[in-house]
Amino acid sequence: MEERGIVPHPGVAAPMLHYLLKRLASLGLSLVVASLVIFLTLEVVPGDPAAYMLGINAQEDTLAALREELGLNGSVVERYLSWVGGLLVGDFGTSYTYRTSVAEMIGERLWISLPLALYALALSTLIAFPAGIWAASRRGSAADVGVMGITQLGVAIPNFWFAMLMVLIFAINLRWFSAGGFVGWNAGLGAALKSLTLPAVALALPQASILARVMRSSLLDTLSEDFMRTARAKGLSRGQALRRHALRNALIPVLTIIGMQFSFLLAGAIIIENVFFLPGLGRLVFQSISARDLIVVESVVMLLVFAVIVVNFLVDLTYAIVDPRLRGRR
Amino acid sequence: MRNLWLGGLLTVIFAGMAMLSFVWTPYDPTVLDIANKIKAPTLAHPLGTDHFGRDILSMIMVGARTSIAVALVAVGLGIVLGVPLGLMAAARKGSLWDEVIMRGNDLIFAFPSLLIAIMITAVFGASALNAIIAIGIFNIPVFARLTRSGALSLWSREYVMAARVAGKGAARISVEHILPNVANLLIVQGTIQFSLGILAEAGLSYVGLGAQPPTASWGRMLADSQTMISFAPHMAMFPGLAILLTVLGLNLMGDGLRDLFDPKLRRARS
Repeated sequence: MEERGIVPHPGVAAPMLHYLLKRLASLGLSLVVASLVIFLTLEVVPGDPAAYMLGINAQEDTLAALREELGLNGSVVERYLSWVGGLLVGDFGTSYTYRTSVAEMIGERLWISLPLALYALALSTLIAFPAGIWAASRRGSAADVGVMGITQLGVAIPNFWFAMLMVLIFAINLRWFSAGGFVGWNAGLGAALKSLTLPAVALALPQASILARVMRSSLLDTLSEDFMRTARAKGLSRGQALRRHALRNALIPVLTIIGMQFSFLLAGAIIIENVFFLPGLGRLVFQSISARDLIVVESVVMLLVFAVIVVNFLVDLTYAIVDPRLRGRR
Repeated sequence: MRNLWLGGLLTVIFAGMAMLSFVWTPYDPTVLDIANKIKAPTLAHPLGTDHFGRDILSMIMVGARTSIAVALVAVGLGIVLGVPLGLMAAARKGSLWDEVIMRGNDLIFAFPSLLIAIMITAVFGASALNAIIAIGIFNIPVFARLTRSGALSLWSREYVMAARVAGKGAARISVEHILPNVANLLIVQGTIQFSLGILAEAGLSYVGLGAQPPTASWGRMLADSQTMISFAPHMAMFPGLAILLTVLGLNLMGDGLRDLFDPKLRRARS
């Protein structure tokens, strides 16, 4: 007998452990394959980074010395293993153009990109939950139609264009925000967050629209379940039944989308950072591409893919905790 | 039904503009006319001119061509490669094949399409073709998954059983009985992927990874307008509206088509 609507608290029992191990194995495999794909894709790039760095007049022995220094001499397998081995201990290699540690460069930029993505995720969730719940609880009303109409626009709007419009209105005309750049965390939390606000809103709007729609439809699905009728029959008000039973059951699809959105936000930040001239990972990638600094591109892409895979793994685990029925499946 | 009509209308308008641009545009969008640069909309130039004096309406018409072509081919790529993979996975459910295909799909999903585009351009340089590949690769698992899940529910149907009893092989059943019955799903998803493709193309060409000059593209028009937005907002307004309306039209059409094909499933789009 299935107990829908009642979610028992899970203990770390044998099925959970089995599930965890299986998911961990698949996580590891995904990461290995992803690193291979990234390495091999960038491996086929024509040209010699050492020759690129030193220019056309470089002496053969200088070139050889630099290749040695950059670790370009080994076989493909050796280079792959040394790259991955480096990644595992946090050594991302040395940038071909800046001659500094890639890990350091990424570390600096991450302090902008990661807070930006999290800020946008928080905004998106804060907007989407009330909007979706409100629309679902007043299905068919003007409020519902209004929310759905706005989200339809939010899904269709290109976020970088929305960002440009916000710059025009809030930075150029109203002068509430600066049009771009990042003041730095040293300027204080308030000032730093302020300079990330327009980019975060631009990133959050399309995601909030998607999330609000998922929240609404998922909640509508649960509202028509038998256990909701039972809850009302035993004397709960509409609001109480919604809060106690419907929301928790509606959360599973919503969690999936939030997990997926994190990757969209990280990738989307690459474009939005360009609109606002934020010195984050996105701008680093573009600068590295134009400088043919492939080791940086390789490491940033690997880092982002790593983040996506790990976040999806965590989302899977969260489901298993929220809904024990899912542990056995897949 | 209202969605379908409104969406269809918007889609037809932009597709029509793209088609028309092959034979006629108000001005030649590649000819520079510096004397008339950055003009706000007038009767002669209904949407104004850009910083080189090019007519924005003409550029949007030609840009529609680029956007539609890139997104359409990318969807085609997803269907041509994804659907057979999904059919195969469903026909051999639980086999090694199925497992490999589905894990491969998961893996592609882990690469946001923008990252794929960045890697491809880092290796092969920026072009419309590379944008198509980058967007198309991401479409493969979308269609493979959808086809597989649609097909799985069909394999237990009686008419499929009957076909098996009649001695038809898995490949033939997939093509003759399964495929026609998942076609509706594919059309709806195709419309949605088409709209996502338009957005992705715009984003890629905005950052310079899409179609290269002199090919007009909406994303690059927006990139060009960015530094001039304070004194020439019309340059940023119209290409953005073109993207918004095209994507909106396709989404509405997708919603409408789903309602049309499956009235029971009037669920909000996720």
